[in-house]
Amino acid sequence: MGSTLRNLEVSQQVGLLFVGLFGLLTLASLVSFGLSVRDRGAAEQALFERFQRELRAVWVAAVLFWVAWASGAFVSTLLFGVLSFLALREFVTLTHTRRADHRSLLLAFFAVLPLQYAIVATEHFDLFTVFIPVYVFLAIPLVSAFGNDPQRFLERTAKIQWGVMVCIYGLSHAPALLLLDLPRYADRGAFLVFYLVVVVAAAQIAQEAASRWLRRRPVARAISRSFSWRAWWCGALAAALVGALLYWATPFKPVPALVMGFLAGGSGSFGAFVMAALKRDAGVHSWSGRPSVTGAVGLLDRIAPLCFAAPVFFHSVRWYFGF
Amino acid sequence: MKLPEIAGLGLAFVARLITGAQGHWVGSPPKAEQRIYFANHQSHFDWVLIWAALPRELRAITRPIAARDYWTASPLRHWITREIFNAVYVSRQRTDDEDPLEPLMTALRNGDSLVIFPEGTRGHKPEPAAFKAGLYHLAEAFPDVPLIPTWIDNVQRVMPKGEVVPVPILCSVVFGAPLALAPGEDKRAFLERARTAVIALRSAA
Repeated sequence: MGSTLRNLEVSQQVGLLFVGLFGLLTLASLVSFGLSVRDRGAAEQALFERFQRELRAVWVAAVLFWVAWASGAFVSTLLFGVLSFLALREFVTLTHTRRADHRSLLLAFFAVLPLQYAIVATEHFDLFTVFIPVYVFLAIPLVSAFGNDPQRFLERTAKIQWGVMVCIYGLSHAPALLLLDLPRYADRGAFLVFYLVVVVAAAQIAQEAASRWLRRRPVARAISRSFSWRAWWCGALAAALVGALLYWATPFKPVPALVMGFLAGGSGSFGAFVMAALKRDAGVHSWSGRPSVTGAVGLLDRIAPLCFAAPVFFHSVRWYFGF
Repeated sequence: MKLPEIAGLGLAFVARLITGAQGHWVGSPPKAEQRIYFANHQSHFDWVLIWAALPRELRAITRPIAARDYWTASPLRHWITREIFNAVYVSRQRTDDEDPLEPLMTALRNGDSLVIFPEGTRGHKPEPAAFKAGLYHLAEAFPDVPLIPTWIDNVQRVMPKGEVVPVPILCSVVFGAPLALAPGEDKRAFLERARTAVIALRSAA
């Protein structure tokens, strides 16, 4: 069956993927609607509402994804650029910056972000890899130093740097997949993005379910009460399984597809864990989907796994194909 | 749609893109009635933020106060304040024969809602400075208009004094429960009560 699917035309494969995706979502929505009429306790109700919020977010993401697919690589890159902007906006809101950082923040938002995505869109992969880790790394402290404020200087610049790395550099690896010139896989980069997003989402869902179900001892109680090694393994293995099931849409053979899914899903879960630590540091406890102190709606929370998984996946793909 | 309307929508979109401009109505619902909103004042961006946080139907009937000498000095500034915001112009130089609150009173008599910053100037401390008497006089002259305390959170980080380009940081605007002047209430007591009502909204932000 795999080879039949593999030999389909690109447009047929896309059609199949989206029919599958929207079919699953419709099914989930119907089930959720069916459950919504039932009576339940307060805790269960809160959990159910959270599920409904997450489901809505997945719907929005799926529709955006479809629009991006339909309108080509340029629009997809632009879409990820907008996501980067919104995530960085949320990150900066949560971190402590001072007046003197104003210019460095402007640099990050209005110069670094568009430039990084322009580099992606023009396929300058060498510059793409070093632009933020090298040049921006040097430029941001310089601009902050011109702000003439030594107080907590290293801390402030390090935070801005970190935000730029995660929200811009990390996420920009996702649209970069669109432009990879893989052997016998021309113009199919969007499948890779689809694969990455689905695999990371599968890992998140499986890990969340496993941590509720298994109730293992958390690895770092002060940071996340739900992150345990066994739950992480469940998430990563679920990602591997989903990855293997999707192999026909990717340039990989089934086993490499499994490994790639494991790598991407596992690193995505680690990303979510790191973001939980950041939330604790910023004093935000519950942030999932509900407007919090700052009015942030938790976008950063949702795309953090992707920000961590995208570079790992991107470089795994490049190594696998030996360039 | 006319040009000012389009420009207004564009501006509100940009403000929302940069700050989120989330409006939280904790003490009063967004309602198309005549109101006086009074808020803390930390940045030039404050008015735009409140305006963008209001629902679209309320934007048209809610007017800011603008200093005439500055906001009519160039054709562009004049056009923005007149056509997009429908601002009430006041003069900063006080003359003997003119009540500085008269333009505000006229606007209120016409049934418009106003946004005022009773500190009179932009502050840079976490808590707002003491309120000027204007709020009291308006409350006295228009006892039926609800006074809505408003807290603007985080905006000083978006555009600190002296900067011209705003940094994208999420801000929120909290609208509290309406206030009214109690019969025979002392001016100073009322102004302090109003200021406390604004500060109290900070915890809801």
